Amino acid sequence: MSTQHVKITVNGGDLEADVEPRLLLVHLLRDTWGLTGTHIGCDTSNCGACTVLVDGESAKSCTMLAVQADGHSVATVEGLADGATLHPLQQAFWDQHGLQCGFCTPGMLMQASWLLARNDDPTEDEIREGIAGNLCRCTGYVNIVKSIQQAADTMREARNAPAEPVVAG
Amino acid sequence: MTEIATHTTPEVGGMGYSVKRKEDPRFIQGKGQYIDDFNLPGQLWLDIVRSPYAHAKIKSIDASEALKVPGVAAVVTGKDLDGYKLAWMPTLAGDMQMVLPVDTVMYQAQEVAAVIATSRYAAADGVAAVMVDYEPLPVIVDPMKSLQPDAFVLRPDRGPDKANNHIWHWESGDRADTDAAMAASEVRLAEDIYIPRIHVASIETCGCVADWDPIRQQLTMHMTTQAPHAIRTVIALVAAGAGLPIYEQNIRVKTHDIGGGFGGKVPVYPGYVLAIAASFLTGKPVKWIEDRSENLQADSFARDYHIHAEIGASRDGTLNALKVRTIADHGYTDAAADPSKFPAGLFNVITGSYDLKHAFVEVDGVYTNKPPGGVAYRCSFRVTEAVHAIERMVDNTAHELGMDPADLRMKNFIRPEQFPYHTATGWDYDSGNYGAALRKAMDIIDYAGLRREQAERRARGELMGIGISSFTEIVGAGPSHDFDILGLKMFDSCEIRVHPTGKVLARIGVQTQGQGHETTFAQIIAEELGFPVADIKIEYGDTDTAPYGLGTYASRSTPVAGAATAVAARKLRDKGRLLAAHLLEASPEDLEWTNGKFSVKGSPEKFKTIQEIAFAAYTNHPQGMEAGFEAVDYYDPPNLTFPFGSYICVVDIDRGTGQVHVRRFVAVDDCGNIINPMIVDGQIHGGLTMGFAPSLLEEISYDENGNNLAGTFMDYLLPTAVETPRWETDKTVTPSPHHPIGAKGVGESATVGAPPAINNAVVDALWHLGVRNVDIPLTPPKIWAILKEKGVAT
Amino acid sequence: MIPPQFDYVRPPDLDSALRALQEHEGEAKVLSGGYSLLPLLKLRLAQPGLLVDIQDVSGIDGIVETDDELRIGGRATHRKILEHPAVARYVGVLEAAGGIGDPQVRNWGTIGGSCAHADPSSDWPAVLIAARATIVLRSAGGERTVAARDFFVDTFQTAIEPTEILTEVRIPRRGPRVGGAYQKLERRAGDFATVGVAARIVLGEDGRIAQAGIGLTAVGDTPFAATDAENALVGTDGGADAIAAAAAAAAAQSHPASDTHGPADYKRAMVAEMTARALRLAIARARGQA
Repeated sequence: MSTQHVKITVNGGDLEADVEPRLLLVHLLRDTWGLTGTHIGCDTSNCGACTVLVDGESAKSCTMLAVQADGHSVATVEGLADGATLHPLQQAFWDQHGLQCGFCTPGMLMQASWLLARNDDPTEDEIREGIAGNLCRCTGYVNIVKSIQQAADTMREARNAPAEPVVAG
Repeated sequence: MTEIATHTTPEVGGMGYSVKRKEDPRFIQGKGQYIDDFNLPGQLWLDIVRSPYAHAKIKSIDASEALKVPGVAAVVTGKDLDGYKLAWMPTLAGDMQMVLPVDTVMYQAQEVAAVIATSRYAAADGVAAVMVDYEPLPVIVDPMKSLQPDAFVLRPDRGPDKANNHIWHWESGDRADTDAAMAASEVRLAEDIYIPRIHVASIETCGCVADWDPIRQQLTMHMTTQAPHAIRTVIALVAAGAGLPIYEQNIRVKTHDIGGGFGGKVPVYPGYVLAIAASFLTGKPVKWIEDRSENLQADSFARDYHIHAEIGASRDGTLNALKVRTIADHGYTDAAADPSKFPAGLFNVITGSYDLKHAFVEVDGVYTNKPPGGVAYRCSFRVTEAVHAIERMVDNTAHELGMDPADLRMKNFIRPEQFPYHTATGWDYDSGNYGAALRKAMDIIDYAGLRREQAERRARGELMGIGISSFTEIVGAGPSHDFDILGLKMFDSCEIRVHPTGKVLARIGVQTQGQGHETTFAQIIAEELGFPVADIKIEYGDTDTAPYGLGTYASRSTPVAGAATAVAARKLRDKGRLLAAHLLEASPEDLEWTNGKFSVKGSPEKFKTIQEIAFAAYTNHPQGMEAGFEAVDYYDPPNLTFPFGSYICVVDIDRGTGQVHVRRFVAVDDCGNIINPMIVDGQIHGGLTMGFAPSLLEEISYDENGNNLAGTFMDYLLPTAVETPRWETDKTVTPSPHHPIGAKGVGESATVGAPPAINNAVVDALWHLGVRNVDIPLTPPKIWAILKEKGVAT
Repeated sequence: MIPPQFDYVRPPDLDSALRALQEHEGEAKVLSGGYSLLPLLKLRLAQPGLLVDIQDVSGIDGIVETDDELRIGGRATHRKILEHPAVARYVGVLEAAGGIGDPQVRNWGTIGGSCAHADPSSDWPAVLIAARATIVLRSAGGERTVAARDFFVDTFQTAIEPTEILTEVRIPRRGPRVGGAYQKLERRAGDFATVGVAARIVLGEDGRIAQAGIGLTAVGDTPFAATDAENALVGTDGGADAIAAAAAAAAAQSHPASDTHGPADYKRAMVAEMTARALRLAIARARGQA
């Protein structure tokens, strides 16, 4: 079976591989490129554990071929933090006990990052609908909602923070 | 919200503090290492051919096309394993299960052949190319039919004197005494309650990397397991039975991060054994990761109990007698990881929270053409089934007598002064204050107001229901005189090492799958010894280093390993006292311990910190004392622990569609002394959701040909954030008198307590129409059929 | 879980995509968002020789309201449709788009892909049938239109030829006195419908129902128009009795199968229930009351 060459910008850096057309994007990320933060939890596109951003839109990477993502940008959980500085969502999930086994967490974080990029002050209903494609078995969603609410608050405050005053003279 | 007491500083972070979890940094950055994240050089992949039939003879297996698929190295069948006496192996319940069938498959999706290949994709292609010729046999999916005398004998391997599908019969309580008490009861009710089969469906499926090193003759089994040491011993026994040179000192079971267990990662699945066999045969590591369909269709299920319950009471509402007969559908073999004396688990806790003096329980296990299992899904060894039955019967009794269900419960609760309370089926409840928990739940939800609202709505033809569940859990298996799994006693362990610089490494015999042990067990040590949580590292899951334990399931970690941890820490504190006395040149009796320091009584300025004491253990110990600062404890619990709670649920039923909407749900839990309130709340939120799910959404069912009707997440419906109720929780605290830190465990309480609250709410909504029982799941078609029959569907 | 092998091309424009379909007729499948096709491939229920990925084909994802129609490009995603200002007045369309799958599915799934796949329980067909929409198909040989009511032929089968791509869906413009609704009964968020009913009502100047469109999904071999119910409504005042009669007619015309969503008699009763709800909403919206 012949392979095709793909080049994808992952978390801001270009990665390349020769892949079979049938290779799922999630397997390219995990098995070929070692980005194992994105997880597989089902085989019928229901659970959302594999959620990444493709060109900024949340996608289930198990339901996309690697070749479909060729030439596009992909953001995974490994790219959320800014070096040693956690993303407000990561910090919030930690502060609010928004994870237990951690397996659904990367997908939740990526889906939440998509949600908050479009709606910086979601209601609880909007949060719950926003993560309707991400299943969690451990938390009962209560603290996941609190985590996303905390992150929304933090991110809104940071955006609204007054600029540094300019010293005249 | 109830305030939880603390006795250490926030920096130390002992019991009662909502310390942020130490394990989270890796998970939130995508740096957890779950089994599918782990790979070894030269690794092969294993995938499994599965039967489409629920019962069939295998006429032939043709692997010729599969072997031509690029990357496929071998195909293994039952006949191959039979040559190594590996086709069958024991289950954790002492029955036998197939690794691969030699000639007959017994359930749909059963493993039939294993394909070993050089890549994940090649293995899948190999599986698709294996051709199996089956001859279907009659299928039994109804356990009642399975018990009939002319039923096909599903397990001829049991021998001619067991030529039936009856596995075992188990009893508890006094039959004659109960019969007499029942006959003497003024009021008697009976119900048939079916609790259907469900599946844990943790978001991570099961998997392993089996690594046999032929040079060192060592097997390292990286795997998802909730009980690493027990599995190591089982592997050793199976290898010995097959005459393989794999000995227990050379077997290392190592867990990685586990994405949820809930009981589903306790059994020894054929995939694990096949991976070990494949690694042994090839001399290479072999990885097996099941996909979701395999997980749902072949792995350990839970429940499937057909319960007939009778309750006797007097007209004033005093509960008098309880008689229960249950048929337990175990699938084709009993692979339920129950303690050996308890094939029906702790089902006889069924007298519940009540002073029920006469009770008799009997259970019969039955074979059917379905996957094996039985105890999983956060059930505490069948306590979900038991609590469901008693709480339904108590509610029905109240309705029948025209009494409020809360009042009838209050009247019959075991009273605080009656503890320890010996039940009619032989348990000794350690402590409880059931009335306080129920009263608290009623206050939070404004129970009286809800009943008034219900009356108004009912007058308008609306269907609103209120359901209560006042459960008593039984966890922490268990005392060695009664509890063992395959003969292994159910103690658990902790080994603490304090390093010279005052940092701690502790290893435990239990295995977290998300419960936060790296934090909570550090908090126990922080409480006992005063080391800050940040200075304490908790390890587990590597059988080469962790002390022997029976693992995490049935909410046993805090009750058993938590106790071992406290006891080991106290051994260190006792040694610390002697070291401090040496350092302070005082006598040990003249020292007092507070806040991580030993100080001289009356001269508080003369003290030594625990860190100084630890350093001295290596640098300045008294002559005659053993150097070092380590302790280990293997804890044999004197009793189980009995968490409890009261839950109240409000539902509204849509008369047009039969949909049940959970409008409010208040959960008041008592798990004794609390280590980390935030983590306890998280356990309860998750447990409530796993109680809600089988009540309304989840069911694994089979048609008459044994076809699994919910074999993927398209039809096995886990709740999303949209339909999951917004849980309201609170606490009471009634410590366990026999537990070293007074804690009881909580992981499964909510899964136990929630379903009957929801079930009772729906029956309550429909009682005035003449409805007496509806089995879960309370699906819209089921409810609507009742509404239609009663003439109230719109 | 693992798809079978296939070849893959990503043509740069519509003409080359259509040529690829023609050259590989019978063994090529169009890949749009992929949220219907990928699951099939992973179950190995489809084994095409070639996937033709049309993600780079421009010009067929636009949404525009003309004097007569709301035109939605075949490559428009469910979410784009949900959020586009031109669709804001088409409440039934919004209700359908917002209930498909989950947010990730809606980011990538397209109306064209969904209709071409034609799952007998999918949502778009019901809406398009109720609206008496037109479906535009392009092949290397040209363009043709098919009425939505003639498009969904059988289970997973449509009027589309293997050499065609669904490029546009055209819904009659919502004028005054027009209202639409979509009512989906589902077991859980993100599920396929147990029963789905789309209704589109046009009132005459006298306030009586001049035209009725009712599309049903999940209760037959394929989504279909409840023509008996539609005919029963025309000329009525759209009151409770008319709605009840239409709901009963829709139920009688349904052929639901018993499955894990529920028994057939439940589904048939729910056709009546959800048809009544959809009609009440559509009529109220046609009157400008909702």
